[in-house]
Amino acid sequence: MVSLSHYLVLGAVLFAIGVVGIFLNRKNVIILLMSIELMLLAVNINFVAFSYYLQDIAGQIFVFFILTVAAAEAAIGLAILVALFRNLRTINVDDLDKLKG
Amino acid sequence: MDFLLPDFTPAYPEIFLLFMICVVMLADLFAGEKNRLLSFYLSLLTLAGCAFITYGIYSTEVRYTFSGMFVGDAMSDTLKLMIYLTVAAVLIYSRAYISLRGLLKGEFFSLTLFATLGMMVMVSASHLITLYLGIELLSLSLYAMVALQRESAVATEAAIKFFVLGALASGFLLYGMSMLYGATGTLHISELTKSIQQGTADHDIFVVGLVFVVAGISFKLSAVPFHMWAPDVYEGAPTAITLFIGSAPKLAAFGFVMRLLVEGLGELATDWQGMLVLLSVASMAVGNFVAIAQLNIKRMLAYSTISHVGFVLLGFIAIGENGYSSAMFYVIAYVLMTLGAFGIIMLLSREGFEADKISDFKGLNQRSPWLAFMMLLIMFSMAGVPPMIGFYAKLAVFQAVLEAGYVWLVVVAVVLALIGAFYYLRIIKFMYFDAPEDTRPILFKPDVRILISTNGLAIVLLGIFPQALMGLSLSAIQHSM
Repeated sequence: MVSLSHYLVLGAVLFAIGVVGIFLNRKNVIILLMSIELMLLAVNINFVAFSYYLQDIAGQIFVFFILTVAAAEAAIGLAILVALFRNLRTINVDDLDKLKG
Repeated sequence: MDFLLPDFTPAYPEIFLLFMICVVMLADLFAGEKNRLLSFYLSLLTLAGCAFITYGIYSTEVRYTFSGMFVGDAMSDTLKLMIYLTVAAVLIYSRAYISLRGLLKGEFFSLTLFATLGMMVMVSASHLITLYLGIELLSLSLYAMVALQRESAVATEAAIKFFVLGALASGFLLYGMSMLYGATGTLHISELTKSIQQGTADHDIFVVGLVFVVAGISFKLSAVPFHMWAPDVYEGAPTAITLFIGSAPKLAAFGFVMRLLVEGLGELATDWQGMLVLLSVASMAVGNFVAIAQLNIKRMLAYSTISHVGFVLLGFIAIGENGYSSAMFYVIAYVLMTLGAFGIIMLLSREGFEADKISDFKGLNQRSPWLAFMMLLIMFSMAGVPPMIGFYAKLAVFQAVLEAGYVWLVVVAVVLALIGAFYYLRIIKFMYFDAPEDTRPILFKPDVRILISTNGLAIVLLGIFPQALMGLSLSAIQHSM
């Protein structure tokens, strides 16, 4: 029997992988975009699990909006990435050091 | 099932703005290169129209619509009017700057207006979905705006950093929201409070959700320790965009915190109070100390923003009408000062030259005494010297915190504000006591001269007579709670 807590643990693990992926990744900006996507999808699992458990449809509606916004976000992220690559000829995270931050 | 048409009245300004954005985009398409200013005037006209509509529907009662997803109240209307004013000032300040750098394109205006729409939805949201959509509409427009200067390596680098950290913040915020949803079973902000009062769910789940939500909020507010993006974005983005990012979104962020933390999670105030104390002290300390070491004025102002955010958070820590209204007053004061400061940086820059080094301000008094005087007013105000508006804003926040019984917090804040005064006064020293390195005349149009003068005057007059603005903030908060 799969219970609510199983889903929540899965969501938490995926979210954590996403966050760790952003902070540990030193190679490639595309991996950052994938990590962001993973975080949002982990949140979606949470919402769907809660929605089913509570027998309330609002959570699933929220998931539709998150998916749509995530798609728009990925589009803008990739567009910025293309502009960045044209300027720097690289998408290595370590090369983003013009601004000391 | 009956379908009832919702009451559109509270959302008239948003609907009008969305319609006009389409008009601006279409008009820009047909106007061609020569008539680019058409979009500029059309955007200003749109903002004026929005202000007119918002003023027309302004009332002190709370009006819910769209099945309780959208709310119009005194606070949202007041904040919206401030947002229109700020965006209009940003457009007028930026005109010369962006046209010299090839950014005077339809995209600039439509993205600015879309971001404005996002801010309006944020301050009027009464449902977590609406809140999320508002903040994303704002953020996505801002990411694109930072990268608007496509051939600039610094701008695109700033954009990608802004994008990644902003998306991370949205992730945190959403994760917190999902926890709150699971604990309460509702996404309506007003029902969150009721559900927490009934106490059906475990307190710990709320705290987990709250931690994530506060982390997301502090990213958006650029409070320490989630401030890393601000200095890079402020420095890397074209100054006109920096001005926009630094001003109006802060008003919306204030509304966002009010909606989510105060209206939605007010029952958990004792929990978030502690978190905000940490964020606030850390922001004031890091902001003021690191700003001293900066040589780039845009970066310095970014750290100054971070410290100002710490002071705004003090108002939330105070809890209660006085605290929130003093925080609102502080945000408005901060926006006024930021507009002036970045406006002057843009006036000093010209084609192929960015006046973004602190040394570019050397001897400004000899080149343009009036501009130097305006910068003097702004710097004094940011440092909190009476009788400027910045002084009264700090005073009001401190009073509210004292009433709440946090004497040590006020002492810490005053000491940090004093340390912060150093780097503001250094600019004044450069302007008045050093010889100019660059003696070329500063040229600007009369409309900008009127705007910068009004801006400086407002900083002084609202500091001497703060009652009107303070009363406005207080009544906005009182009628919305």
